[in-house]
Amino acid sequence: MSVESVVQAVYLVAAVLFVLSLAGLSKQETARRGVLLGMTGMGLALVATVALALDRSERPVGVTAGLILLVLLVGAAVGTWRARTVEMTQMPELIALLHSFVGAAAVLVGFGSYLTEPASGAGSGATVHLVEVFLGVLIGAVTFTGSVVAFGKLSARLRSSPLLLPGRNWLNLAALVACAGLLWWFLTAGASGLVPLLLMTVVALALGWHLVAAIGGGDMPVVVSMLNSYSGWAAAAAGFMLGNDLLIITGALVGSSGAILSYLMCRAMNRSFVSVILGGFGAEGGAVAPGGAAEPGTYRETTALEVADRLTAARSVIVVPGYGMAVAKAQYPVADLVARLTARGTTVRFGIHPVAGRLPGHMNVLLAEAKVPYDQVLGMDEINDDFAGTDVVLVIGANDTVNPAAQDDPASPIAGMPVLEVWRAREVVVFKRSMATGYAGVQNPLFFRENTAMLFGDAKDQVELIVQAL
Amino acid sequence: MRIGIPDDGGPLVPATPATTARLVGLGYEVAVAAGAGAGAGFPDAAYEAAGAVVVPDAVAWAADIVAVTRAPDELAAPGPAGLRPGARGPDGLRIGAVLIAQIAHATRPELVRALANRGVTALALDAVPRISRAQSLDVLSALSNVAGYRAVVEAAAEFGGMFSGQVTAAGTTPPANVFVIGAGVAGLAAIGAAGSLGAQVRAFDVRPEVAEQIESMGATVVRADDAAQQVSADGYASALTTDQEAAALRAYGVETAAADIVVTTALVRGTAPTTITAEMVANMRPGSVIVDLAAPGGGNCELTVPGRRVVSDNGVVILGYTDLPDRMPRHTSELLGTAVANLVQLGTPARDGRLALDPDDVVVRGMTVARGGEVLWPPPPVAVSAPAEAQSLAGSSGGPRSRAEAGSPESRPGGAGARSPRITRAVLIGLGAVLGALAVAASPADQAAHFTVLALAVVVGFYVISHVSHALHTPLMSQTNAISGIILVGGMLQIGSADPVVTTLAVLASAVASINIFGGFLVTHRMLAMFRRGGPRAGAGEGSAR
Repeated sequence: MSVESVVQAVYLVAAVLFVLSLAGLSKQETARRGVLLGMTGMGLALVATVALALDRSERPVGVTAGLILLVLLVGAAVGTWRARTVEMTQMPELIALLHSFVGAAAVLVGFGSYLTEPASGAGSGATVHLVEVFLGVLIGAVTFTGSVVAFGKLSARLRSSPLLLPGRNWLNLAALVACAGLLWWFLTAGASGLVPLLLMTVVALALGWHLVAAIGGGDMPVVVSMLNSYSGWAAAAAGFMLGNDLLIITGALVGSSGAILSYLMCRAMNRSFVSVILGGFGAEGGAVAPGGAAEPGTYRETTALEVADRLTAARSVIVVPGYGMAVAKAQYPVADLVARLTARGTTVRFGIHPVAGRLPGHMNVLLAEAKVPYDQVLGMDEINDDFAGTDVVLVIGANDTVNPAAQDDPASPIAGMPVLEVWRAREVVVFKRSMATGYAGVQNPLFFRENTAMLFGDAKDQVELIVQAL
Repeated sequence: MRIGIPDDGGPLVPATPATTARLVGLGYEVAVAAGAGAGAGFPDAAYEAAGAVVVPDAVAWAADIVAVTRAPDELAAPGPAGLRPGARGPDGLRIGAVLIAQIAHATRPELVRALANRGVTALALDAVPRISRAQSLDVLSALSNVAGYRAVVEAAAEFGGMFSGQVTAAGTTPPANVFVIGAGVAGLAAIGAAGSLGAQVRAFDVRPEVAEQIESMGATVVRADDAAQQVSADGYASALTTDQEAAALRAYGVETAAADIVVTTALVRGTAPTTITAEMVANMRPGSVIVDLAAPGGGNCELTVPGRRVVSDNGVVILGYTDLPDRMPRHTSELLGTAVANLVQLGTPARDGRLALDPDDVVVRGMTVARGGEVLWPPPPVAVSAPAEAQSLAGSSGGPRSRAEAGSPESRPGGAGARSPRITRAVLIGLGAVLGALAVAASPADQAAHFTVLALAVVVGFYVISHVSHALHTPLMSQTNAISGIILVGGMLQIGSADPVVTTLAVLASAVASINIFGGFLVTHRMLAMFRRGGPRAGAGEGSAR
């Protein structure tokens, strides 16, 4: 029984633990156990890997051990610091940033793998390995810059509107064709293969950048989960080049789960996956907007005091939060408001659209942070039928996800997207900073409905005023 | 523009200090006649504090917009006196002024004519179309609510006993029996008020669909199946057939005989049918009280004298007061004032103190009984009944739809259009499978095993994730992200390489990947620790998990 075979056994256990971990995370009740299983699996895998690395070390074991220790210390320090200090509202940015790390690591591992096992002439085995290195670096590089751009857009360091170069789809295609050409060069170049590999890395980095830059901020939830998928495929490709099954399994798990999430989200927005990936959505919305712009009537403005009165009289209330609540950091006052209303005997629930916020499930995390019980927080399908029997709906910083045009207006850019049917309630109060349009750039006829009142101003301030008035 | 609030003699006033502040906020100058709010308990100083000027009555009448609770009969007086600016009393209404009031236009055509002759734009608060957008202007239902409440208060004052049953050392008293006829706004308010005083309330309505509303207010529904009408299409009661009426009267007879208090609110299309005959009154216990809320329309009880309290031969008190809302001047004034302020706000979209009513707005059109010298009552029927709602909605839903139909190229037919992408997808999947198989076949045997692992893992990942709840997407993503930090394994294995370049690359790769692992797991854990279940189980169940 060699170190190698023990390590393989441990890897198998770790892989099973990862599967169980993801399975656990699909339900609230088992989610925490899922995380612990994942941590255990990762711990086992790392211990085994350290043993294997020391066993295979080509230089003094002490030096290798020191380097590994250093690496883990750095990772633990930085990772723990980020995890502890991140605001829940910044979660999408953090996750995008972490994806870029996986991409970067995949690129570096790919280069390392090429340098340790350079092309040794002929043989299908060598060619296959070269292809694996090439693909691993390609996917890693696209993930890296794509995630960096997503991070920039989410954290408002970059403009969130889509970058629309002329013929952008042709540019992407050209980049892929160029990579294919470079792959040919790389396979035939023999010992001097580093040049085409580097060139391809540059092209792939540019491709990743352009791919995500062309996607509007409103589609970032899909992009983040797509990048999540890419980062998985990058890990799987690294597994192929290193002949490591654990990496392949884990990478494939992550890759397919990210793809599924992206698909679910696209379905929630009634968009085809391809149209999201090809980008440019935000701009189209702006161009079509005249359809909505011609229509507006008058809207009714209300005050925090009036809203407080209505809430006092209401027997059932549904709160529909959106990205605006995250921006205003209003989740604590909102939770306070809801707790007070619940204490008075009012039925209060939250209705969450699948793509509310900038990350799937973003609203749920924010509300959980503010200690809103999760069985009070319902998804769109669970709550959509209940709006008709509801007295007051508070729409806090949501716009496109409550737009009746998605159902009424086939010409609308968001036509057919499933939305929360808030307008069926007796009264709707919309918290908003101004009459500006949402991310999709589409005017919202909800604001001009008879049973809608607008409450302008910072959502946090307004909710606090209502709480005081209660 | 200036809004005048004259003293119209009654206890009510159509502007409170609070609504005055709203009017001022809309850019208007508000002139309140001295003492106008005294009857409702609002002193002049309070109006001044809210931004109004207190003026003599005649000055208030001479404003651009005049709001009174009821249009006084003096306005109907023709003649040049009406044109004299600054004249004392209602005659001082300016030519071309806007009058906001309850006008009772249906019964006072001569008043509407006189207003039109003077070029006055008359907005009737009692002609608000019954559509949901106009609810905030609807004083009729608000006042009905007040009247229903006050009816019970009046009855309680007349009744020689307590409403709620009492148990005392000297014996027990039973609760009062209250019977309410007609469960409209006033009836429901009466049910609520009587119930909260502790009475046992029974109620009857010819519309079967309101039984639920009666029960929701805590009363028992009196059933008379023979009298039940079909579910009404428009929410209003219609006249009964002879058979139904006989059945209903039988039910009334049984119920009134057993009741201490009867509140009757039956109005069918503005007229009051007889619900309580003289014979029924004779069968009631002495000291019982009947409050007839239909008195303004002639009364439901045969013995009712509108505006008066009468006592029957057998000692039953019959109250026919027509001024029940006036008897609660403070709150009635608040409701009226809010309706007036809402109307003015509707007419002042720019908040610039200029009334710019949109004459085509169905709400405004319905309320306008006179404008520009013409009598506009009744409004075109299409503007108040059901089609009006469709018309008003046309701005939001109908419009875009018709526009979309015009530009139909954009709307794709589902059947044929949907099929081609599906075929494309099938072809793509097939191509992918063939390519994948070729790749596997071309690679050496040990690599083929890796492909098996990959394919199985993809399938497992697919099934594991596809049932995840939306709420957990974010934790799931950060967890998968942490797990994809497994690439650290690749980096660490290269650290031991003899090539310093490779070692450097590997150290860098391992460092960023390990940030991922630690950060990802910790942040997932932190997020999940925040998710908790509400309700009674929270304390016990989650305590141990923390």
